[in-house]
Amino acid sequence: MGNLDQEVSEKRRSEDAWAPPTSRMKVSSAPVEAMNLNVEGRQPVSPLQGFGQMWQKTFKIRLSGVDMTPEEVMRIWKENFPRFQPPENRFYPPMSGIKPGEVVLIEGKVPPLPGMPNILPVATGVMILYADAEMFTVMCPEGHPLSGWNTFSAYEEDGVVVAQVQEQSRASDPLYEFFNRYLGSSAQQDEIWTHVLTSLGAHLGVKGEVVMTKVLIDPKVQWSAAKNIWQNAAIRTVLYMPVALKRSLFRRSSASPEEEISG
Amino acid sequence: MPQANITMKVRKTSDSTCIVDIIGEINAFAENALMDAYTQASSAGAKNIVLNFTGLEYMNSSGIGLLVTLLIRTNRQKQRLVAFGLTEHYQQIFELTRLNEAITIFPSEAEALKTVG
Repeated sequence: MGNLDQEVSEKRRSEDAWAPPTSRMKVSSAPVEAMNLNVEGRQPVSPLQGFGQMWQKTFKIRLSGVDMTPEEVMRIWKENFPRFQPPENRFYPPMSGIKPGEVVLIEGKVPPLPGMPNILPVATGVMILYADAEMFTVMCPEGHPLSGWNTFSAYEEDGVVVAQVQEQSRASDPLYEFFNRYLGSSAQQDEIWTHVLTSLGAHLGVKGEVVMTKVLIDPKVQWSAAKNIWQNAAIRTVLYMPVALKRSLFRRSSASPEEEISG
Repeated sequence: MPQANITMKVRKTSDSTCIVDIIGEINAFAENALMDAYTQASSAGAKNIVLNFTGLEYMNSSGIGLLVTLLIRTNRQKQRLVAFGLTEHYQQIFELTRLNEAITIFPSEAEALKTVG
């Protein structure tokens, strides 16, 4: 391949790695069991549009003894992305897999107060902003607990493949910021990424330690973004629950007796 | 660990403005080069930092994250961050990531300098 051809090929690869231009998120396909709330038509938001303090958190696990390239680790990670989540989080990736521009629907449960069980539902999602052979990044929609993005990557360091999650975000609105600071939501999010990396390691036969570093990029809150609370996905999910319950009952009552017996 | 494939040159165009010429790739490994260039421009007294992307070969999502961090630093120091020389593709990426709402993009160096001085 000539230099020019190679340059054209590399350029195409990098441009294809990005989500196509869009100002609103679009859910291409959603499983019937997914609530599919708070994503369709929402604008993607960067850390600049959020309310709370801006943090950059990095979680790493060294996959010592794993005889794979970073690309191979990333392929496995993408294929098993929902399986590596904690049980209280349900991820619905698109049928096409982790592809730029696609939306991953998420249903989580959070404790209403510290020390209480995870009972409060939150339906949201993320858009795949960027994906190449060694990394992918997801971007949050308006109303998501966080404004910003998470990057999942694999790279080699001193002959060992390292898997990493890096979150760069702010709490989207004052309520989420209050939950983060005083009710343990931030720590709960940290536990999620620790769980994901531990699960990836276990899948590859490694019992490694997850190391976390936190950097406060911007200690100030952005009061101009306080109005984001109108889009709050947690509030909207709770308000939607009676509708979801009614739909679920309707589906059950309209199912045929055979389906009910076999199902 | 992969090596950074980037070169930064800082040019002072006035008492208050520095241009940072970016040549190469902006990814996670470009952090030191980018922040060193910013420190150099700030040390020269720049209130306006102009990023020149004409030599940009490639930028991934980690690179966008670095630009967000740089933007926050400039905001905290009451400096202004603007850019020029982005290809149409990367202008679209700035719009997608909504970076264009905080970093003004100019078509050329002359127009950027005309505005920021």
